[in-house]
Amino acid sequence: MERIIKERSTQVHTIGTSAHDLDCEKKSLAGSVSQRACVFCGSRVVLYPIADALHLIHGPIGCAAYTWDIRGALSSGPQLHRLSFSTDLRERDVVFGGEPKLYTALTELIEAYKPKAAFVYSTCIVGVIGDDVEAVCRKVAAEQKIDVLPVMAEGFKGTKKDGYKAACDALSKLVGTDNNFQAPPFSINILGDFNLAGELWMLKEYYEKIGVNIITCLTGDGRIDEIRQAHKASINVVQCSGSMMHLAKEMEEKYDIPFIKVSYFGIEDMADALYEVAGFFKNEEMLQKAKELVSEEIKTLLPALEPFKEKLQGKKAAIYVGGAFKAISLVKALRLIGMKTVMVGSQTGNKDDYNLLQKLCDKETIIVDDSNPNELSEFVKEKGVDLFIGGVKERPIAYKLGIGFCDHNHERKEALAGFEGMLNFANEVYASVTSPVWKFFKR
Amino acid sequence: MLLNHTTSKIVERKALTVNPAKTCQPIGAMYAALGIHGCLPHSHGSQGCCSYHRSTLTRHYKEPVMAATSSFTEGACVFGGQSNLLQAITNIFTIYEPDIIAVHSTCLSETIGDDLSQIVGKAASEGQIPEGKHVIQAPTPSYVGSHVTGYANMVEGIVKYFAKKSDELKNQLNILSGWVEPSDMRELKRMLKLMKVKNVLLPDTSDVLDSPMTGKFEMYPKGGTTIPEMVSMGDSLHTIALGEWATEKAAITLDNQCKVKFSMTDLPIGIQATDRFIQAIAKAGSVSVPESINDERGRLVDVITDMHQYLYGKRVALWGDPDQLIPLAEFLVDMDMKPVYIVSGTPGKNFNKRMEEILGESVPEAKYKNGANADMLLMHQWIKENPVDLLIGNTYGKYISRDENIPFVRMGFPIIDRIGHSYFPTLGYMGGLRILEKILSALMDKQDATCPEESFELVM
Repeated sequence: MERIIKERSTQVHTIGTSAHDLDCEKKSLAGSVSQRACVFCGSRVVLYPIADALHLIHGPIGCAAYTWDIRGALSSGPQLHRLSFSTDLRERDVVFGGEPKLYTALTELIEAYKPKAAFVYSTCIVGVIGDDVEAVCRKVAAEQKIDVLPVMAEGFKGTKKDGYKAACDALSKLVGTDNNFQAPPFSINILGDFNLAGELWMLKEYYEKIGVNIITCLTGDGRIDEIRQAHKASINVVQCSGSMMHLAKEMEEKYDIPFIKVSYFGIEDMADALYEVAGFFKNEEMLQKAKELVSEEIKTLLPALEPFKEKLQGKKAAIYVGGAFKAISLVKALRLIGMKTVMVGSQTGNKDDYNLLQKLCDKETIIVDDSNPNELSEFVKEKGVDLFIGGVKERPIAYKLGIGFCDHNHERKEALAGFEGMLNFANEVYASVTSPVWKFFKR
Repeated sequence: MLLNHTTSKIVERKALTVNPAKTCQPIGAMYAALGIHGCLPHSHGSQGCCSYHRSTLTRHYKEPVMAATSSFTEGACVFGGQSNLLQAITNIFTIYEPDIIAVHSTCLSETIGDDLSQIVGKAASEGQIPEGKHVIQAPTPSYVGSHVTGYANMVEGIVKYFAKKSDELKNQLNILSGWVEPSDMRELKRMLKLMKVKNVLLPDTSDVLDSPMTGKFEMYPKGGTTIPEMVSMGDSLHTIALGEWATEKAAITLDNQCKVKFSMTDLPIGIQATDRFIQAIAKAGSVSVPESINDERGRLVDVITDMHQYLYGKRVALWGDPDQLIPLAEFLVDMDMKPVYIVSGTPGKNFNKRMEEILGESVPEAKYKNGANADMLLMHQWIKENPVDLLIGNTYGKYISRDENIPFVRMGFPIIDRIGHSYFPTLGYMGGLRILEKILSALMDKQDATCPEESFELVM
């Protein structure tokens, strides 16, 4: 690896070759072509799927334009979240303050769209010019008689991860506000699924089949009224732990609701998720149903995976995704279809995640935190990778290097969660890795 | 879908943009900088801006888009971003080895008062810029203008830094290409070649954002305007600047700095605007128009003749950037269509004047608006009041297209749900032919799909 930045050497680790622990949760170096985004982005992607809320972005137009319908978080009902609302701050507002504009915009919007609640995102510039967003939200909330929740997400205040926290802070103001609701037995909340490609709907079906009730999902296909009732659940089942752990912990403290961390990617993790929930309720019948469901699904899934596995056996994969927990599932899912992970990394992983990855992956696997295109392409070449799993900015790099690609981020078109998702995943990986297009040039 | 959320009743909005028909300055600066060879754009602000701009450009071009960021944190906001930028310059030259770093600011760095030229000056005086390497800069506060303004500011920054006047006049023209696709840049070069006019095209994203598949990842692909070319712009005969919003600033700077006079002309979209472009080139380059160019024009006119009955009176809604919308509206009028609704989020007072000239007599019912509150909600509301037959604009029109069942031709930025824009030009007569083909196909596909059985025709 020739051109790795010296300061970054502690954030790259090859299993079995060096003793040091992987450094992570560091700020990106100035001047790096980082694949990371900002605090605002973190809060926006988490809250965006709440479909009957108003999402108003207080800042210059760009922040709203780039997050307009940013990922395919589907809704089974209202589509208010798919519109882009902005105060579109201009120079005048920056000089004289944007509060009057925010007040007017919020008022006009609430009157026009009658949302169930409103989220107001403050951006970099708002933090600097010192608008009192919280005060404006309080005022409008009192006048309009709806919840207006400030999301303090100034871009520079940290990394995308801090945006997740800002989102959780806003959500926690809603949770627990409907006490009249009586939850049915065996009620859970799903935390950290965003219903990309309709994945939540598949998960719901599994849970319903084993007799588990879902009060709400935070935030896929989300609804304000359901979020208000979330504190009545018996347990929080957290998938994207990077984003929703703050809320899970807070609900544990405040409402005594325990949480478990699960993953829905790959057969093993999907099955474990169902077993763990059944185990939590200590319900034999539920566990039995879960086992039946899993064996039923596997009975059709394993033979269906076989032809893919035959073709993909021994192929090598590189993974670079947002959250490290997802990477862990992906390593296992790839193994199931015969593929070996030779590089794995994330933008926001923590020590625990990376330790788990070290245990899980084979010797010589490169583990990397907060990487950049130079490193990624060097690693890919060095390891002779056949498949890259990543997001929007990694896709064209992988293709230019002449290797297959699978999007495991915003641009996912196929549901990859659950048993069905595993088959979709195998299909997508197969289609990309074995595409005839790769024969037209030398790699 | 969005139908539920848009009412036809237009309420006067005081402080609100819904579904913008624009975005912010830095992305324009980033795009312009990518059209210089060996250049790494650098975003001076939080990581998010850089990340969003790279994602959006990547989605539009389906190509790797490289750019670095100053990675602002709270510390930078309190103490200023100077140390971040200085560290960034050192890191970038060491690790990514570009020839040029093109720094643009963001709303954040502008507001905390970072002075880019002072910081870059400091980097130079302290020896942080290696011999033969360059750092250029442009102020691009996101709360002023739009993405087009950012593009204009960076192109201005480029010529300000590079263009030099020497004693030797060069027999060449400067072409400031405006914010167009790599395919359009390629088409401009093709037309100029046919006219046998030597030129420097700035910027030039062809072979950068439409690079061929080789199995290699090139941080700096082979395309882009080179340093010697940019330096030589100060010695050119004349500058042809395409599109007032995107290029006028740079043209004026070239004139002030190197005494190279310029002609402002519209982007060559459609017949008349291309005529004006060709004439401007012929005049400035002292050449005559070759027959091959006249033939291209003749073919475009021929196809319009063949199909004019399908175009007559069709009502069209357009949105996008002023430099595109003005000649496009003119082209539509020339094809006997009616561009009835036009919005652009990009401010600029000439917009109304130009639209009035083009539409005043031929489409008196036309509504057009730019700047504040000229957004896709307004467009949708106009359409709900009185529908149109065709939509032309960027990807974001697909919501309206689906809700109102209106055929839709994608043109502009961004287009993230179709391909073709970066490979097939819309400029020049050949580009006009492509626009025409797309319009006809969209209209006829709809007719075929929806007309009653008894009026379903084979020959159209």
